[in-house]
Amino acid sequence: MRDAATAPRLVDHFEAGLDAPICLTWELTYACNLACIHCLSSSGRRDPRELTTAECFGVIDELQAMQVFYVNVGGGEPTVRRDFWEILDYATAHDVGVKFSTNGSRITEQAAARVAANDYLDVQISLDGASADVNDAIRGPGSFATAIRALERLAGAGAPSFKISVVITRENMDQLDDFEALADHFGAQLRLTRLRPSGRGADVWDRLHPTQSQQRRLYDWLVERGDKVLTGDSFFHLAAYGEPLAGLNMCGAGRVVCLIDPIGDVYACPFAIHDAFRAGNIRAHGGFQSIWRDSELFTDLRQPQTGGACASCSHFDSCRGGCMAAKFFTGLPLTGPDPECVLGNGESLLSLLPERDVPRPAADHSRRRPVSLCDESPLAGFEVIR
Amino acid sequence: MAAMPFELERPWHLDRQVAIRPEPFGALAYHFGTRRLSFLKSRKLLDVVQALDEQPTALAACRSAGVTDQELPAYHRALETLASSGMVVEHPAAAPVVTKEAERA
Repeated sequence: MRDAATAPRLVDHFEAGLDAPICLTWELTYACNLACIHCLSSSGRRDPRELTTAECFGVIDELQAMQVFYVNVGGGEPTVRRDFWEILDYATAHDVGVKFSTNGSRITEQAAARVAANDYLDVQISLDGASADVNDAIRGPGSFATAIRALERLAGAGAPSFKISVVITRENMDQLDDFEALADHFGAQLRLTRLRPSGRGADVWDRLHPTQSQQRRLYDWLVERGDKVLTGDSFFHLAAYGEPLAGLNMCGAGRVVCLIDPIGDVYACPFAIHDAFRAGNIRAHGGFQSIWRDSELFTDLRQPQTGGACASCSHFDSCRGGCMAAKFFTGLPLTGPDPECVLGNGESLLSLLPERDVPRPAADHSRRRPVSLCDESPLAGFEVIR
Repeated sequence: MAAMPFELERPWHLDRQVAIRPEPFGALAYHFGTRRLSFLKSRKLLDVVQALDEQPTALAACRSAGVTDQELPAYHRALETLASSGMVVEHPAAAPVVTKEAERA
């Protein structure tokens, strides 16, 4: 092996891109029976152009050929697709493991048993408060009870590993220990991720993103727990506080990460649903593989980054300028600081730009009316008497 | 997890639940049972790991991949790390003791 001092660091290889993504998010539908106020993908209504079952199988065949070991399936609420389990079974039968995110509303006892029985299947239940009041203010009335019921069923079915996935906000930051206790109670693993100003998240980011002092507390809490608490590399901008958190600690957009959306559009990352970060559509000739390997956007993202205004900062090596999507959707230059830069550089820049031009997401599938029971089933709410 | 001493003179192989994907820097190894992802940081290490199955011992696999005497300690350590996370396991016939990973898988 080469001398550690002269060998390129792994992160340098990753920044130049890999033959296939390490971590691929695949949103199966924009349809959702909830209307969370911070939804990254502005989900709600199904898009009529959604990939068909056969097209989904085609994607899986490609992922198998490219040796993408697993996909993170989400939405919308992926389980509302009628072919949801069919797609999952096809993936796991083709060497593509699945980790799916759900609000838990369709985790019946039968579904929990299915998760428990399939070695290549993992589930994470979204929960954004450790109590009903905090959670339901974000995810809607009744959503806490729904998630808890799903967790009980997964634990009851003996699922070997499932996760509680929390987006950290100003409101739930004080509940970190409660989340941990909840996860321990169910034998689940805790996963914390960052609130992004993407999708509907842009509308609530100003009032819900953690304060500077909360960020510091979060960092210390995470460092104490090491790799016991997962973060999906979400908080790498906090590495500037000191030692890096567990994970790759880099922006993987278009390099090790990407998103396939419900209509087959491929974006650099799940937090960047905007034309500026759309690399192509898998329905086009060449499919996903040619987008990953040859698209102009991804090729561009794999060029050495200059770091712009941040390059001269002594912390640049740890935070690497932070999250591209967070900058973009708060109207900050991509070569500037992260809006949550731990030195406060993002915050001061934002305060200098009160009238900044904030880009809107490419696709908004939010409902234009309140969510009703009919969204799950055309017969919901009606009692069918035979 | 404490690393078990890795005996180069014994037969080893990749766990059956591990998939390997070659990459320009070496390879990615993913264990479907433990969900662990490991990075093999050189092509030569990839060659060693892929040779384990057909070679009678780990040492022979290193030799067949062209690992020199000087390099051997580094490759020994790399294999030890892979063994401690259950990516590489002792040949069942040679080792009745199963690792925790294998039990879970």
